[in-house]
Amino acid sequence: MGNTINNNNIALHIEDLSIAYTKDKYAVKGINADIYKNTITAIMGPSGCGKSTLLRAINRMHELYPEIKVTGNILMKDQNIFKINAMEVRQKIGMVFQRPNPFPSMSIYENVLAGYSLNGIKLKKEEKDRIVQEVLEDVGLWEEVKDTLHKKRTALSGGQQQRLCIARSIAMKPDILLLDEPTSALDPISTSKIEELLMKLKDKFTIVIVTHNMSQAARISEYSMFMYLGDLIEYDLTKKMFTNPNDKRTEQYLTGKFG
Amino acid sequence: MNKMKYRRYKDKAFLYLMFLITIIAITPLASIIFELVAKGFNQLNISFFTEVAPTTLDSMLAKSTGNPVKGGIANGIVGTLQIVGIASLMAIPLGVFVGIYLAENSNKKFSTLVSFSTDLLAGIPSIVYGIIAYAWIVIKITDGYSGFAGSVALSIMMLPLVIRSTEESIKMIPASLKEASLALGTSYRKTILRVILPSAMSGLFTGILLSISRVIGETAPLILTALGSQVINLDITKPTSAIPLLIWEFYNDPYLINMIWSSSLFLMLLVLIFNISAKQISKRWAIQ
Ligand SMILES: Nc1ncnc2c1ncn2[C@@H]1O[C@H](COP(=O)(O)OP(=O)(O)OP(=O)(O)O)[C@@H](O)[C@H]1O
Ligand SMILES: [Mg+2]
Repeated sequence: MGNTINNNNIALHIEDLSIAYTKDKYAVKGINADIYKNTITAIMGPSGCGKSTLLRAINRMHELYPEIKVTGNILMKDQNIFKINAMEVRQKIGMVFQRPNPFPSMSIYENVLAGYSLNGIKLKKEEKDRIVQEVLEDVGLWEEVKDTLHKKRTALSGGQQQRLCIARSIAMKPDILLLDEPTSALDPISTSKIEELLMKLKDKFTIVIVTHNMSQAARISEYSMFMYLGDLIEYDLTKKMFTNPNDKRTEQYLTGKFG
Repeated sequence: MNKMKYRRYKDKAFLYLMFLITIIAITPLASIIFELVAKGFNQLNISFFTEVAPTTLDSMLAKSTGNPVKGGIANGIVGTLQIVGIASLMAIPLGVFVGIYLAENSNKKFSTLVSFSTDLLAGIPSIVYGIIAYAWIVIKITDGYSGFAGSVALSIMMLPLVIRSTEESIKMIPASLKEASLALGTSYRKTILRVILPSAMSGLFTGILLSISRVIGETAPLILTALGSQVINLDITKPTSAIPLLIWEFYNDPYLINMIWSSSLFLMLLVLIFNISAKQISKRWAIQ
């Protein structure tokens, strides 16, 4: 993994990142990694190995919980994301959570534009309409919801809700999109729709996805990380890792021997 | 086998017993409603809503001429709307903000203190609020009995209810919603005001309506503050009438006893409307 931060291909440079929920009990231990632009990077590993913790730190979600201690740096375009305004970082680094969490008090239309309205960014009506249609088409939801855009409390399935949440994130045109097991609560059809979507979206964004589903990682990602007990054990091209892993633990995990 | 049968009998007996006790418990409730409707309903006419309450003089005159006592409770209705309305304007914003603070800072020492005081506040007898509003407002500010003093007494009574219901409904909102908002780069203030509060609206409104229906019939604190008035009074610094105050006055006049029933019936209907709306809102607006 090249160490030059100036490299144009690098979206995120993670440097000696450690995260502890309680003193001296690290959930993420001194991770170094570069995330490459316009690729999908999958983070894998057994439950509790620190995948969500790592992902959430990139979006600075840990700051909601003052007891969490983070050391190390994450650089984005030569800027340390821990040193600049958190709101600015979060507008550039979008996050999709494991459980779909659309805003229940808003219509579909308002949900898609929530990033703008909540940040006080004013848009013209035509511009709003264009963004809503564009991103809902991107996530494959347009046809299903175009007649109920302005209705509040429309009943959406879990998969539709998750695609709406992705739409809400990408409407903000972030540079990087983080997804924490976005399909773990979904049926196979919704899952494959979201996978197709992610493959399409990587031309526009850099995507980091936590997944428990190894075949999903194999299907969609170029790069894969394998974490174990807070350590980044292995980080390589997905093809290489799945065919010829360097570490014994990676191999054991991928062959289902533990996890 | 016999034992089983015995057990079944015991279960049956227990069921009947519960039924019987329920009947006994609701009998007084049902009789109150029956009595209010029976004695008060035929007086709920137009003049009941448009005319002010009869005075003792009116009732004595009517008695001597043999005519029925004329009059309504318009001064009470307007007064109640005004006193409770202003009380709500003070208690609701304040209570909602304190409730948000408590929900958002539940692990702080200060919150425990506020929470504890809120519980204490809820346990104080309502007449004490009246005495306090008398000392603070009647004597020091409005220089005499006033509707505003009544509003202050009722608003302090409403506070703990609004605070608690806000706190509870905000705590019900999953953390994931807050995270979703902040993850979009939204500020904390906007997250609370534009995402969390609207999502908690159902619980919030229910609590607010219930707190209003809780104080709308309060009499003791108003006797010491709003005092009452024979005319429709819109000046909040002057003595003001209210439905429960009128009921108290009617009680003190043997010729006006009938008005008690109609006024009480009306008050009960008002509270009923508030309670039903509260239920409807919590059902309709409930999220998931
Ligand atoms: N809020 C928390 N407070 C204390 N410890 C936590 C908290 N959240 C996570 N942890 C601990 O941090 C470690 C990493 O958790 P994390 O949620 O990052 O794992 P994960 O890899 O995402 O697991 P999963 O696949 O089950 O989602 C675990 O040991 C967990 O017990
Ligand atoms: Mg996780």
